[in-house]
Formats: sequence, C-alpha cells, structure tokens
Amino acid sequence: MDSSIIIEKSVIILVVFAITMLMAMYSTLAERKVAAWLQDRIGPNRAGKGGILQPLADGLKLFSKEEFEPDTPNRFLFFAGPALAMTTALMTSAVIPWGDKFHLFGRDIILQATDIDVALLYLIGVMSIGVYGIMIGGWASNNKFSLIGAVRAASQMISYEVAMGLSLIALLMMTGTLSLREISMQQAGMNWNVFYQPLSFFIFLICAFAETNRTPFDLAECETELVGGYHTEYSSMKMGFYLFAEYANMFISSTILAVLFFGGYNYPGMSWAVENWGVNLANVIGIIALFIKICGFIFLYMWVRWTIPRFRYDQLMHLGWRILIPLSILNIIITGIVMLRAEIAIYLGF
Amino acid sequence: MSTILIIFCVLSAVTIATAFLTIYSRNPIHSALYLVISFFSIAGHYLLLNSQFLAIMHIIVYSGAIMILFLFTIMLMNLNKENEVHKPRITRLGAIVSFCLISLVLIAIFINSKPIVGEYISTGADYQSIKVLGLVLLNEYMVPFEFASILLLVAMIGSVLLSKKEKTEK
Repeated sequence: MDSSIIIEKSVIILVVFAITMLMAMYSTLAERKVAAWLQDRIGPNRAGKGGILQPLADGLKLFSKEEFEPDTPNRFLFFAGPALAMTTALMTSAVIPWGDKFHLFGRDIILQATDIDVALLYLIGVMSIGVYGIMIGGWASNNKFSLIGAVRAASQMISYEVAMGLSLIALLMMTGTLSLREISMQQAGMNWNVFYQPLSFFIFLICAFAETNRTPFDLAECETELVGGYHTEYSSMKMGFYLFAEYANMFISSTILAVLFFGGYNYPGMSWAVENWGVNLANVIGIIALFIKICGFIFLYMWVRWTIPRFRYDQLMHLGWRILIPLSILNIIITGIVMLRAEIAIYLGF
Repeated sequence: MSTILIIFCVLSAVTIATAFLTIYSRNPIHSALYLVISFFSIAGHYLLLNSQFLAIMHIIVYSGAIMILFLFTIMLMNLNKENEVHKPRITRLGAIVSFCLISLVLIAIFINSKPIVGEYISTGADYQSIKVLGLVLLNEYMVPFEFASILLLVAMIGSVLLSKKEKTEK
C-alpha cells in the first residue's frame, strides 16, 4: 500500500479523535451553561474566563478522586464496562465524511477515515453493540439498582433501534446507497433529505435521544428510583468515562443527524464558492458549516433535557413500539408509493 | 507468512478458544460474553473474505440483537451455580451422539460444497458490493427469500400468540 495514504489516514483518525474528545469535553461545560441560562442562573464561571477551564478542572478532579470498587466477583467486567462504553462511542466516527475532497500537495485528500460500501449499516451495527458497556458495567457492579438501570437501558435501546432502523429504510429507498459520502454528495445545493423525509427525520431524532440515554428517555439513571442507575457503584475516572461516553455519543449522533438529513458539509452556494474561491477554501467553509449544524443539534439535546420531564417507563415502551414503529412503516409505504407513482398510474390506467 | 494468513490464524484461534470457553465456563453471563467475542471474530472472517455486508449484518443480528436479548434474559433470571439443574447421564450421552451426528452432516456439506465455491470465485463478480448481492438475492433467489421472510413472520406471530395465551389463563 502507498505509505502516503497510511500517513494521511492516520492524521485524519488522530484529528477526528482529538476533535471528538474536545467536543465531548466542552459539551459538559455547554450543558451546564445552557442549564443555567434556561433556569436564569449564571452557571460555572470561576475556572478561567467565563468558566472556560471548567472541563479541565473537572477532569483533574475525577482523576484525583479515590478509586473505590464494590465487592464484586467480576472485577474484570467491572473495569471493562466503562472502557467498552467509550470504545463504541468513538468507533462511529470512522465512517463520517467531515468534508469534501481537498486538493493539497498535488493529490486529492478525502476527509473521511474510511469510505466503506456499507457505512450506514456500520453505524447501526455500532449503535446496537453500544449497549454492552452499560449492561456489563451494571451487572458487574453487583448491585440491584445498577442491574435494574442496565436492564432498563438495554430494553430501551433494543426497542428504539427497531424504529430507528425502519426510519432509515425510508431514507435508504430514496438515496439508493449506503455510503455516507454518496449520501452527502447527493444533498448538494439545498437538496437536504430533511425536506424530502421529514417524518423519517423526526423518528430518527426521537430514537437518537433514546439511544444516547438522554432526557426525556434517561430512565436508566433515574435518580429518584435508582440512585444513579448503572453507574451507581462507579467512582473517579471510571464514572467519568461513562459520562464522557454519553457526551461523545451525543456529539456523534448529532453528526449523523447533520450528515444524513441536513446535508452534511453542504451549504447554500457551495458550487459558487468552489468556482470563485477554489476547492480548498470552499471545503473549509463546508467543515465550518457541518460543525455549526452539529452544535445546533447538541444545543437541541440540551434544550430538550432542561425543558421536558422524564417519561414513565410504560409510556416509553408505548411510544417506541405502538407509535414510532407503525409510523415508520407507514413512512416506508408512503415513500414507496411516491417513488413508484408513475408505474402505479400506468398500472391503474390513468 | 503473509499478513492475511497471520490475521486468519489469530482470528481462528480466538474463535475456537472463545467458542470452547462458552461451553466450559460455569457462569452463564461469562459464557454469553465469550459467545459475543466468538461472533465478532467470525465477522472478522467475513471481512477477510471481502464480504463487508455479511460481516456487518452478522454483527447487527447476532452480537447486536440476539446476544443482547440472551444477556438480558440471563440477567433477569439471575441464574447461579446453586440452582443449576443436574442433568442425568442419558441426556449427556444423547447430547454427545447428536453433536457427533451434526458434525458428520456439517463435514459432509463442506466437502460437497467445495467445488461450487470454486465456481463462484471464477465468475469475477464483485461480491463485496451490496448492489450485486441484492440483485442476485431478488432475481435468482426471489422465492426462497420470500419464503424465509414468511417463516420469520410466522415465528414472530407464533411467539406473540404464545405469550398472550399465558396471560389470559392467569
């Protein structure tokens, strides 16, 4: 293999990893600031200017806390839980196209770690194994509250994965490809999928909230009933890993929403910018546009968290199985009819 | 040794070791987790054969859905060493005999299917591409494909019916 490709991909992977970590770090600060703003408070403002160093201080605090572990016969699994949660949170970013082609040093550079044929299925696959970290950690804690939290998280994720997959099928029928890069390229101009598949977008958005265990679906860590849910027994940086994985998940699912439904790196007037300002500058603006979309979704996550109260458990299951799944099947049927309207008209003799 | 061969050997060793540990380990949760690792290494084998679609589907269906339901059930049932059922000797003997019969059938299948696999390689079609796979599945194997989906539907409706029946009797 060409050694320059290996260098290029390694650099991209490192940068994506660093950016995911940075975004997850500052999401914790943003969450507290947004909460403060919505509740008419000031929020953290002591560490650094306006609280800008707060995430670093939090990290330092978590590292220096005492490492406490419960009396569990499954010590290895107790440690594997947070590590698995973090790994699956970071794995998804491999297939996301962060920008179009750059033209640097006489060669085209694609801002994507890997462009596989089945990228969309890969996303679903990684999301479906994401529950292992929570389940294993909750079970290995040897605590009833943790176990109930883990079982709740697992059943919730399994239920909402069905609706999520079905909502993506309608999108898939329209795009005709599973490659995220091609899906991004099809949305050039203002042909964003959200205008063609609004129902699919809403179902996917609700399922993304459930998959990341965010309010209103955070039954897994329901304080009033379960102390802390699956991470009750965790302390110091192990708990930090669980919380960090949640924020990394939030960043990644915001990215997926932006790429699948909101045009990815496309912005209005991109072809004009390519002609007048050159490929590279237009792409830099594209990356900025993608990150603005991502930050918008992260803000939406926080906005919902501090506005809507938690669901009851039977309401959660009712919403998943009786409302979202029939709705997404209906969406598939409607999409099929619209796509085949010409053939259907001929068949009916219009 | 080429890189692919080394990867193949490592994956095979992991697959067989974890499959063995699945049967050997006493704790049902550990045994389920070993099975998950085994499924992942089988997905790795699919990737070595250049079939990304099969590998990802394998992970989604087996590791992502079936094994999570398994773990879920085991955790809820709270199986322990104390309440493990002691099986009579005749059951163990039956298990060994049926295992040997299944291996016999499987070996026969693999020996007989070898020339057909050779034919598929020589056609030169890109089996990595899901478009090729979809066309083959929905053109040449349309009827078996639909029958498989009907079978799955029947199984699903059957299980729902069984669970409903129990509820009304109580």
